[in-house]
Amino acid sequence: MDYGRNELMVVTAARELRNGETVLVGVGLPNLACNLAKRLHAPKLVMIYESGVVGAKPSRLPLSIGDPCIVTNSESVCSMFEVFGYYLQPGRVDVGFLGGAQIDKFGNINTTVIGDYRKPKVRLPGSGGACDIAHLVKKILIITPHQKRRFVNKLDFLTSPGKQLKKEEESLETNKEVREIKVITDLCVLSLHNRYGELVVEKLHPKVTLEEVQENTGWKLKVSEELKTTPEPKKAEIRVLRELDPTRIYL
Amino acid sequence: MDKVMDMKEAIKKFVKDGDVVYIAGFTHLINFSAGHEIIRQKKKRLTLCRPTPDLILDQMIAAGCAQKVVFSWAGNPGVGSLRCFRRAVEQGVPNKIEIEEYTHFGMVARIHAGALNLPFIPLRSNIYSDLPKVNPNIKFIKCPFTHEKVSVVPALKPDVAIVHAQRSDKEGNAQIWGIIGDQKEAAYAAKKVILSVEEIVDEAVIRRDPNRTLIHNLVVDAVVEEPWAAHPSYVQGYYDRDNDFYLEWDKISREPELVEKYLEEWVYSVNDRREYVKKLGVEKIMKLQPKRFYSLPVDYGLYL
Repeated sequence: MDYGRNELMVVTAARELRNGETVLVGVGLPNLACNLAKRLHAPKLVMIYESGVVGAKPSRLPLSIGDPCIVTNSESVCSMFEVFGYYLQPGRVDVGFLGGAQIDKFGNINTTVIGDYRKPKVRLPGSGGACDIAHLVKKILIITPHQKRRFVNKLDFLTSPGKQLKKEEESLETNKEVREIKVITDLCVLSLHNRYGELVVEKLHPKVTLEEVQENTGWKLKVSEELKTTPEPKKAEIRVLRELDPTRIYL
Repeated sequence: MDKVMDMKEAIKKFVKDGDVVYIAGFTHLINFSAGHEIIRQKKKRLTLCRPTPDLILDQMIAAGCAQKVVFSWAGNPGVGSLRCFRRAVEQGVPNKIEIEEYTHFGMVARIHAGALNLPFIPLRSNIYSDLPKVNPNIKFIKCPFTHEKVSVVPALKPDVAIVHAQRSDKEGNAQIWGIIGDQKEAAYAAKKVILSVEEIVDEAVIRRDPNRTLIHNLVVDAVVEEPWAAHPSYVQGYYDRDNDFYLEWDKISREPELVEKYLEEWVYSVNDRREYVKKLGVEKIMKLQPKRFYSLPVDYGLYL
């Protein structure tokens, strides 16, 4: 079946969500991937939106994360203070699903600024809930197109922490338990690896070479010893995905 | 004291040049009507606070009302950039603005602390981020009990909060359903509160369902009956979010001339919200009507 690279990216990201997990859904592509997972293999996925909606079951793809369709038929609606205070802060959210303008090898994300903070070349939207989510979830999924300007050796600004390195630990350390971080791009899947202490290439998408991934990455990539090929999307996945985004806002 | 007035009077009476103004509402219930009236009355040097500035602050910044923006996510939700905000930050157009940014949790914790009349509030965030480096108001303390390091942010107590709700009585007992966002905290944190509602209802309607009253009239200074005040934002059960406009704004806001033209046509040349709604037209209004989907009534019991 014919599919685009962006479609494969969203399908692959959706597959990373397990049935029964609790996920804090970010704006844009994460929103699409979560809604896809919920309609396919993860009907018991508990979708939490930072707008305060818990257990959402939207009838259409919400453009924003505060859309009225996520309220209707949801399990609960609370204030924003409560969604961060009662759900996120006590560790009740398994997965944080984020996007990012820049990512480094430790899974840190910049969504604040390109260039100097005081004299920005491009002012980005900022943290929103992402920094809070990145501090407080067990697992982070990041979905973003694979481009050299995004996968950088050094972030212009660290908005949301990945591996949560303290200053004194900034040398490469290995064999320390790290939490799960996966980065799903239109070329591959990267995963934070205990042994290497940084993101490694775990899966290559069909017809993509390691060279192509390296060319689009701003640091020398490490590769998993058990490198796999990403399974092709199933017909049902592509069909539901296109139903979710009929006017192609995201794809 | 009769608090019922129109938006013109409410803004004139309660919003002063240089004020700290908090327009509440996370995607839902954003009071565009009040924002447009502030633009028409040419209020200046405002410190505008919202977790998500959204299009309303983009428009107010473009109109030159803002001196400072306090926020946590400045984008066009689901669409992309807030381009007027960016022009002000990147190029100082139409004027330079100061920014002060937090995380979402930080912003809503600040307004929550303001409502509680506390000086600050701790939260488990910010530690591994660069945000504290650029915002000296995000600090860290050692908990006096557990000795843990926690981040703290100062309370936010705006001069005036502007909230929109589905309905209230004439006194301003406001009922809200759907996304409640930061409405309650904003109302209880601010020194003055302008409440607008889709409809003013009889006190008896409010009293039949007191659990739905998010804001009590004790803190409300003005009550404005203003249908469609939130458009292009939305009101749960009343009208849908005008996503087409949010997408269109992405095009309009690319060019300062188009923004000027928009403000001229939809803000300056329009006397009030009634004229704005008339200008929106029947077709648009019908398109944004949701199908009805009632909750089941609950029994509070009558105790005699």
